[in-house]
Amino acid sequence: MTRIILTSLLLSFCCYTVLVYLYCDTNKIPPGDIARNGWAVWQKNNCQSCHQVYGLGGYMGPDLTNIAAVRDRKHLYTFIKYGTGRMPNLQLPDEDVNAVIEWLSWVNKTGETKVAASAVRWTGTYSINKQQ
Amino acid sequence: MSILFRTYIRFTLLLLLATLAFGVLSSFAFLYPEIYNHYLPFYQLHPMHVSAALFWIISGATACIIYYKQEAFAQENKKSNAVDIFICLWIATILTIFGFYAFRQFGGREYWEFPPFLCIPLLASWLILMTSYLTSLTKATDRKPLYILMWTTGIAFFLVTFIEQNLWQIPWFRQSLLRDITVQWKANGSMVGAWNQMIYGTSLFIMIKISGDKSIAENKKVLFFYFLSITNLMFNWGHHIYNLPTTSWVRHVSYIISMTEWIFLISIIHGFKSKLEERRKLKHLVSYKFLIAAEFWLYANLVLAIMMSIPAINRYTHGTHITVAHAMGSTIGINTMILLAGIGYMLRVDELPLKQKKAIATGYYITQVSLAVFWAALIAAGMIKGYRNTVLNMSNFQEMMQPVLSALKIFSLAGLGVFAGLLPVIAVYLKAVKNLKPEHNQ
Ligand code: HEC
Ligand code: HEM
Repeated sequence: MTRIILTSLLLSFCCYTVLVYLYCDTNKIPPGDIARNGWAVWQKNNCQSCHQVYGLGGYMGPDLTNIAAVRDRKHLYTFIKYGTGRMPNLQLPDEDVNAVIEWLSWVNKTGETKVAASAVRWTGTYSINKQQ
Repeated sequence: MSILFRTYIRFTLLLLLATLAFGVLSSFAFLYPEIYNHYLPFYQLHPMHVSAALFWIISGATACIIYYKQEAFAQENKKSNAVDIFICLWIATILTIFGFYAFRQFGGREYWEFPPFLCIPLLASWLILMTSYLTSLTKATDRKPLYILMWTTGIAFFLVTFIEQNLWQIPWFRQSLLRDITVQWKANGSMVGAWNQMIYGTSLFIMIKISGDKSIAENKKVLFFYFLSITNLMFNWGHHIYNLPTTSWVRHVSYIISMTEWIFLISIIHGFKSKLEERRKLKHLVSYKFLIAAEFWLYANLVLAIMMSIPAINRYTHGTHITVAHAMGSTIGINTMILLAGIGYMLRVDELPLKQKKAIATGYYITQVSLAVFWAALIAAGMIKGYRNTVLNMSNFQEMMQPVLSALKIFSLAGLGVFAGLLPVIAVYLKAVKNLKPEHNQ
């Protein structure tokens, strides 16, 4: 009996994993080359230890998912290039700063991190698919 | 206990010490970046703290399994080359990772922020450990009680989730940000389930040893809860990413599965009274004390986790320190407590002189009280941020964070308390490793 339950659970897990990989995003926007480099800059400098994307990451700095929607490139450049009293100056070359800004612009296009109150259904879950 | 295994226990305890030290430092670096940014910035301390924490938990869990499996499998004490190789490679890789952090070399993802090629030796050592474990398992005779099933599940799923959390290195996964994030949190969420299997298995094993009651691991009810917990391990990770605009079934599945945790909660409340007698009889034992603490924290964190898994509530708590309360509440309150019970039982701390046992008891109480304040302060910080961010919609980050920082000052002080409380426990344990008599062979 134990064996049957375990096997069925494992099979469901495998099927669900494949479904998630293939279909969790139905509206894919692939990153351009510069954005992809920016992603590497983001990881190499560990921006994620202080910043969140979709609420995930460290909490010292703000969530940057939609920062490109509210700030222009110049503002972003200044912050990332020079830091502030609280954010350190990471001594990035211009090329890296621009790449990471390109990445942030791409991230912004994928959706919104804040869920509007109107998107909450009576069951407690959300309806927030981009395509809806 | 071989010299190498003693070294492994020492290394594991030192990882706990490092977790605490880096944790305290990073909490102050968070509050006072002007002072820390130059020499020890938060972005360097954070990965040091989180990696030390993860490695403390995984190393502690494997140490317990390596030690207790001989008795569980009813096998004689034989030296295993595979385990020795695992220990050496595992320790060497972790030390190398800290070397990279020291030079601010990152490149990985959340919780695994070191350069990703270092995942190769970690993977290799895990495969070696797993092969050795499975070989012993197949040789083990007759019935296999539940804790063995739990250890096996944990070891196997750690491998699966470890590989999964490295899939981002295949470009296809990065063609979509939503897929990348989904897979990342699917892996991390299930990995926590995997180490919980290893740790809860050990807790069950020790409970049977202490109480002498074998039936704990053999009734239908515990088997049911085992299946429920692996169902959660496999499918409930989606509560990390409710706000991600993925297709809605990802959200629905995890919402429904997460709500089955009510069954755990109700069962704990139900079983509470029947345990009072057992508690009265065993509470003088050091290992049992830590198991009771773990049970209390399991209860508290389960309530918090269930609340956070309701999307309508998650909307306020996501991206706030409530997530940190959930993460550290469980890793300190549940995982660390069980591991201290498991390692303590292995080191026979109950046979130590009274003075040392008193030191552990004092540390224990300081830890519990500080942890309660620590946890409450994080929840308060999260609630304040959730309110200001989601209800008031404040756009100025500095202004939004002002009152949050006050709550975090209390958190940092309580963190010092947790450090101070666990310090004597670690010190006595380290001494016990040294003084362990040779007849206490594994
Ligand atoms: C040590 C923590 C830390 C690290 C590492 C860090 N930041 Fe920041 N960042 C902050 C803080 C704190 C703020 C808020 C600034 C302030 O209030 O002074 C901020 C602000 C910003 C802003 C401006 C947000 C706004 O509202 O205008 C951007 C853009 C930004 N960071 C990008 C980055 C990028 C890109 C990286 C990595 C290359 C990075 N940060 C690394 C802490 C950090
Ligand atoms: C055994 C002890 C501990 C363990 C296992 C542990 C574990 C963890 C984990 C897993 C995280 C990641 C949380 C997340 O990203 O959601 C974390 C973050 C953190 N911990 Fe700990 N921790 C411990 C002790 C401490 C102590 C004593 C302090 C001191 C105050 C501390 C301070 C922090 C801070 C500041 C963060 C970062 C939160 C952020 O991103 O803003 N930790 N810890």
